[in-house]
Amino acid sequence: MDYKTSDPPAGPRREDILPATAAAAVKVVIVGGFGVGKTTLVGTVSEIRPLTTEETMTQAGVGVDDIAGIEQKIETTVAMDFGRISINEQLVLYLFGTPGQERFWFLWDGLFEGALGAVVLLDTRRLEVSYEVVGILEERGVPFVVAVNTFPGAPVHPIPELRAAMDLPESVPIFACDARDRASCRDALMTLMRYLYRLANTPEPQ
Amino acid sequence: MSKPERAWDPGNPDRLYIVTKSCGQADPGVTRLDLVTLIVARTETDPGLQPEHETIVRMCDYPLSVAEISAYLTLPVSTVTVLLNDLLARGHVEARPPVPVAALPDVGLLEAVMHGLQNL
Ligand SMILES: Nc1nc2c(ncn2[C@@H]2O[C@H](COP(=O)(O)OP(=O)(O)OP(=O)(O)O)[C@@H](O)[C@H]2O)c(=O)[nH]1
Ligand SMILES: [Mg+2]
Repeated sequence: MDYKTSDPPAGPRREDILPATAAAAVKVVIVGGFGVGKTTLVGTVSEIRPLTTEETMTQAGVGVDDIAGIEQKIETTVAMDFGRISINEQLVLYLFGTPGQERFWFLWDGLFEGALGAVVLLDTRRLEVSYEVVGILEERGVPFVVAVNTFPGAPVHPIPELRAAMDLPESVPIFACDARDRASCRDALMTLMRYLYRLANTPEPQ
Repeated sequence: MSKPERAWDPGNPDRLYIVTKSCGQADPGVTRLDLVTLIVARTETDPGLQPEHETIVRMCDYPLSVAEISAYLTLPVSTVTVLLNDLLARGHVEARPPVPVAALPDVGLLEAVMHGLQNL
């Protein structure tokens, strides 16, 4: 079984190929805690089967019981899912569903640099996680909107209460979303674009 | 004809080390590659290429983002970037940088994206 001539060559499936005219891309990041629906959202709107890029992180091991007392390195593989939407013949939009833990975001150099903005998926079961995530985006100057995923059995809070709990300014959109629903995800992206549009037209007073 | 075999074994770190070590050392002139920089082959694959490089050139027959190349090769973006810089330096591929996004993105760009999303 040495001959693997039937193996497809590495690369996109025929239907996943971009037109030769594709000239440039933009990106949007989808952030939020563990299991909040980032991968689901990416898969729901992507025109290609979502793909995964991996990075490895090397850490010094702690409390490793090796005889020589030499520090051991621990390698962690971290995955990030992404999808694609062709906007027109020239422009391509990529959506990155970041890993659940914020400390992994920076394994991908420049993930947030040059991003149009972010969609924060808010998990009403763990508001504190989203609070942290929002803090990092603000620090980095990445504009974002907040999509509230509704899970069965999760506490239901009125949007104004969530806005207050998250310390969000009135200008930042926060809305309900179902990551499994295409129209709902498209609306979330559209809300982000409209928000960016407003920002671009009304620069903050210095 | 050599049989198209698996270009490399991702499970072999030594091999990868050699791949990334052997190239991309020339810092000046290294193109800054983003996750969404689009890569397109400029030449046919040439027999002198290492299998890793050859696979990329063949894959980029049509534009493909750095992230997609990383995913299809199951290699980290950091490794792919090194391989790509080598191909860029030798003129095998061209890089189409992302649309520059300032603190406040261009209104025309946003309009285009909104229009595209509407068709989704
Ligand atoms: N009810 C409901 N379930 C959802 C929604 N979005 C995702 N789920 C479910 O929640 C689970 C986790 O979703 P994922 O998309 O894997 O979440 P994730 O944020 O990518 O998770 P990690 O990558 O592990 O952090 C899956 O079983 C989804 O089907 C939603 O909007 N509503
Ligand atoms: Mg996920």
